[in-house]
Amino acid sequence: MKHNKAQKFGMVIDLDKCTGCGSCMVACMSENNVPFRKDESDKFLSITWMRVYRLTNGKPFPNTDICYLPRPCMQCAGQHEGHSPCVSVCPAIATDYSTETGIVSQIYTRCFGCRYCMASCPYHARYFNWWDPIWPDGMEKYLSPNVSPRMRGVVEKCSFCFHRYQLAKEKAFMEGRRNIEENEYQTACTQACPAGAVTFGDLNNPDHAVYNLVKPDHKHSGRPTNPHAFRLLERLGTNPKVYYLSSRKWVRQVGDNYLKNEAKVKKPVHHG
Amino acid sequence: MDSALIPKGVKRCPLWQFLLFTGAVGIVLLWGVYAMLLCWFKGLNQTNMNDYYGFALWIWADLAVIAVGGGAFFTGLLRYIFGKDALKNIINYAVLIGFICYSSALLILAIDIGQPLRGWFIFWHANVHSMLTEVAFCLSAYFGVLTIEYIPLILENRQIDKVPFFHHLGHNMHEIMAVFAATGAFLSFFHQGSLGGVAGVLYGRPFAFREGIFIWPWTFFLYTWSAAACGPCFTILVTKITEKVVRKKLVKDNAIELLAKISGWMLLTYTMAKTYDTWYWFTVTAPSKGFALMDFYSNNPLYGIWMLVVEIGICGLIPAVILITDKGRKNSMTLWIAVILAVIGVCLNRWVMVLQVMAVPVMTFDQWVLYIPSWQEVATTILPLAYGIILIAISYRYLPVFPNEPELNPIEPLNEEETAVESPVELEQELKPAEA
Amino acid sequence: MFPFNFEWIWDMGHAVFMGGLWYALTILGIGMTYCIIKAAIDASKENGEHHH
Repeated sequence: MKHNKAQKFGMVIDLDKCTGCGSCMVACMSENNVPFRKDESDKFLSITWMRVYRLTNGKPFPNTDICYLPRPCMQCAGQHEGHSPCVSVCPAIATDYSTETGIVSQIYTRCFGCRYCMASCPYHARYFNWWDPIWPDGMEKYLSPNVSPRMRGVVEKCSFCFHRYQLAKEKAFMEGRRNIEENEYQTACTQACPAGAVTFGDLNNPDHAVYNLVKPDHKHSGRPTNPHAFRLLERLGTNPKVYYLSSRKWVRQVGDNYLKNEAKVKKPVHHG
Repeated sequence: MDSALIPKGVKRCPLWQFLLFTGAVGIVLLWGVYAMLLCWFKGLNQTNMNDYYGFALWIWADLAVIAVGGGAFFTGLLRYIFGKDALKNIINYAVLIGFICYSSALLILAIDIGQPLRGWFIFWHANVHSMLTEVAFCLSAYFGVLTIEYIPLILENRQIDKVPFFHHLGHNMHEIMAVFAATGAFLSFFHQGSLGGVAGVLYGRPFAFREGIFIWPWTFFLYTWSAAACGPCFTILVTKITEKVVRKKLVKDNAIELLAKISGWMLLTYTMAKTYDTWYWFTVTAPSKGFALMDFYSNNPLYGIWMLVVEIGICGLIPAVILITDKGRKNSMTLWIAVILAVIGVCLNRWVMVLQVMAVPVMTFDQWVLYIPSWQEVATTILPLAYGIILIAISYRYLPVFPNEPELNPIEPLNEEETAVESPVELEQELKPAEA
Repeated sequence: MFPFNFEWIWDMGHAVFMGGLWYALTILGIGMTYCIIKAAIDASKENGEHHH
């Protein structure tokens, strides 16, 4: 019954639990064959599908507080489902929104590298392959066979480990099932997080943990009803499927832009 | 040596001078070609673009050359559809400038994409909802129109015209030019507009995002409008520069003044519309996303509020006022100032709508990022300029680009002495084509 | 671009966008074809007159 409905995979990241260890970033890179160069010091050229930001509340000691914020692709649905900032602008349909899973795909062999999607994404979740990937000697044997490596000149981004979804679906099909269980499809970052800060599942399914953590209001573009939950740049209307949890007010306010008369909080400072 | 190719009734510099000039510009061209090949073979790592600046110098150059190349469609529209006959003396040059601008834009786009061999995907796998698709289609189609408009001029070359088929082809194309011009205006309206839409639809980027009508953000109309206003200014500017270079008057004042006047009114109304758009954007659109005006401008001197003042005030209002006044456009000095300011203004607008969109942070914990183009980017951006100068030089030498030229610069035996004083060496050789 | 491309959908977007495009291209195509054919005819007529 309800399981036959379209799924809407989403992620909930508890910022009170995140320690900023970076396991999610590492897991993501190795899971998805993300290329890297010898010198990765220029972060404007690094490919990090999952990127952890370090935020502070900007207050002097002893009131200083910090927070780590992991940022995967938000898998935006837009105001009417499918009108994601990036999907709507791609001239060659190289990125598409699946109404079955709610995942924004990136078709590497279709992308011709105009980078319009990167210009459209306010989260900087999209990365360009400025170079051809070069793996250290022998490392190509350790690449995941389930994820195609990307060539120079195309854009890539977090896919919510879509290949894992495909594998889970295949397995279910072989076993004569139509649907997959919550634990059958989990992203690499979710499983790698030692603090259990990342939760992943179907936002349409009330049995799933993500649903219960944020209680999305699907009548209002999936806005969270949990008062501790928020989404990044909610006001832009991108309608992301990544939610953040925090008991700290300043952290929740960092998630969006406010005019001076709307919220009297000091703008936080970003440190790399 | 090449006198048989030079149009009747006009005087051209000796061949060696011409070759020296085009050769010198050709060196710059080769430098650009080298940079272009580097980008194609080594990839876009040759640029200083990065994941924050996915759009940079090239996209700006594209938008700018198309804006200033708008002189072709607008002059064509005025000449062939609205019947402004005086413009027949400048239409050829407007078409040639447009042809250069559009071919340059297509070339830059071909360099700018990460996988140039997949460039055709934008047509084959078109996403009709993307502004960039509309740009690609209309731009290519309109380039076809410009080629069609340029061909009759080529066919008017003295030697080509001798071939009956080409003579008739040129004549027939002239006959139905209004049809082509109308199609060109239609296509131009949409691609100039969709270039504006490229930035305007970015609802994830509050600096660029604009509301609008139906599927088109206001920037769609503003871009078409500004191209129609400033494109002719660029045509006038290039004409004036050409006149300075060849030290001859090439176009009658009435054509320039008419174009300047229409341009002026377009620019004035555009500036008003742009002011209203800006006001609405920073009082309604941006605040609804949590942004105050100075969030977009503060932080660094390059992207200061001064840009807005220069764009709308100094490069919008001032040239508009000069051009709509009779005295302003008749005075050579103020006309120069006006067209230069107008061209700077429209280029600045395109710069802001591309580069600043990338620079402004959207996430509260993100940062302002500056960008300086690499030499490869600069060289490939100068490449079209060099190519344009060469094509203008060749066209000017061998084609009757300026119908007024023989009348404005009569070559009669009477003038022989006078000319001889100015350039004694050139004289003998130069007069031959005219006598022939 | 063409109805036989697999991503083609018969919807408003495609009708308006591609309709406008193909309309413009058709005009240009017909216009040029007319000019070329007429030029060939004119040239051959002229040629004939010369022979007389």
